[in-house]
Amino acid sequence: MASLDDLKKRIASVKSTQKITKAMKMVAAAKLRRAQESAENGRPYSEKMKNVILNLSNGISNKENAPKLLSGTGNDKVHLCVVMTSDRGLCGGFNSNIIKKAKSYFTKILSEGKELKIITVGSKGNDQLKRMYGDKIIENISFKESKNANYFDADKVSKIIIDKFESSEFDVCTIFYNQFKNVITQIPQAQQIVPLDNKDSEDKASDESYEFEPDEDEILVNLLPKNISTQIFKAMLENSASEQGSRMSAMDNATRNAGEMVDKLTIQYNRSRQAAITKELIEIISGAESL
Amino acid sequence: MSEEFKVEIVNPEKSFLVKEDVSEVVVPAFEGEMGILKDHISIISFLKPGILKILSKSGDENYYVEDGIVEFKNNNLSILTSTIFNIKDLDKSKQQDLLKQAEEEAKKTEITDHSKFLADQKVQVLRSIN
Repeated sequence: MASLDDLKKRIASVKSTQKITKAMKMVAAAKLRRAQESAENGRPYSEKMKNVILNLSNGISNKENAPKLLSGTGNDKVHLCVVMTSDRGLCGGFNSNIIKKAKSYFTKILSEGKELKIITVGSKGNDQLKRMYGDKIIENISFKESKNANYFDADKVSKIIIDKFESSEFDVCTIFYNQFKNVITQIPQAQQIVPLDNKDSEDKASDESYEFEPDEDEILVNLLPKNISTQIFKAMLENSASEQGSRMSAMDNATRNAGEMVDKLTIQYNRSRQAAITKELIEIISGAESL
Repeated sequence: MSEEFKVEIVNPEKSFLVKEDVSEVVVPAFEGEMGILKDHISIISFLKPGILKILSKSGDENYYVEDGIVEFKNNNLSILTSTIFNIKDLDKSKQQDLLKQAEEEAKKTEITDHSKFLADQKVQVLRSIN
């Protein structure tokens, strides 16, 4: 059994850990509010963008000549996966969930005999993936310096993707991120961005005719790269809200666990203190009796 | 009798501006400036760097935009743009920064004609604000 002194030290150490996790939880809660706000504020833009593109692609005159970013290269050989994770740890299952989702996709791709290329955004994802898929990772992007997700960063990522697409380095591009539902639920998502996947929203397209100036094709050529930035930006916003939410609940759990541990240790401490006193008393009494 | 329609400007970060009492909007569309009044036909177009004018009862406003898409439908004008500044709030130093950036971009030789054109436009518009 641990001595009283050891127990005392142990309690003090757990208490200070609890203080840290509590502070982290508070910070995450404050950041979460901001991140959630910007995620919600960013939604109208990406939704409007989606609508416009949808209307455009419906109105496009000849499908064969449609921009490649919309219709794809016609091949399905090389898959580029952009795995978006955080730069910091201690956020529960946040990163692992994305990685898990991505890994199952990777196995599927590889078992179908297709080529796989990976871009990781955020250092945590890179750390977890480089052991198994180190040779597949072609780029690692990290935005440690920027405090909040911003459009400029998203633009950088999308430029890399578009460059690679134009030099025909891949056929299909999918991004992985966590969609923020609420503080305790984040859903890992796999979203295909090249070629544009609008299967799920096809029925929503309005049949209303638009006037286009200049014509559809030209607008599309200009719009599609922007759409990629927008989608990536959306993923970044969702991700940062999810990260903070995930961290908050993880730290909440940690604080609670630490509290339980302190209680348990305190009881143990008091018991052994009493046991020691009783033992001393018995010794004194039996000593007195023997006289 | 209302001759007003709704304008919504969104940028990636947030909904930038919503205005219900707009009588006319002049957008710097790619093929020239375009005035939009109520009951305009549904249109999608995109913007080049320029000045976006919003005329309304509560006063006129001017914005500097670098790019974007306009969609007009059912008397709802949506403008999606990634870079927009209210000219009133655009102070000298910020403007000079933008101008410098644009000028540098225009000077580059390896860029395509298209982006060169856009950069030139930016320079021109920013100079004209002064």
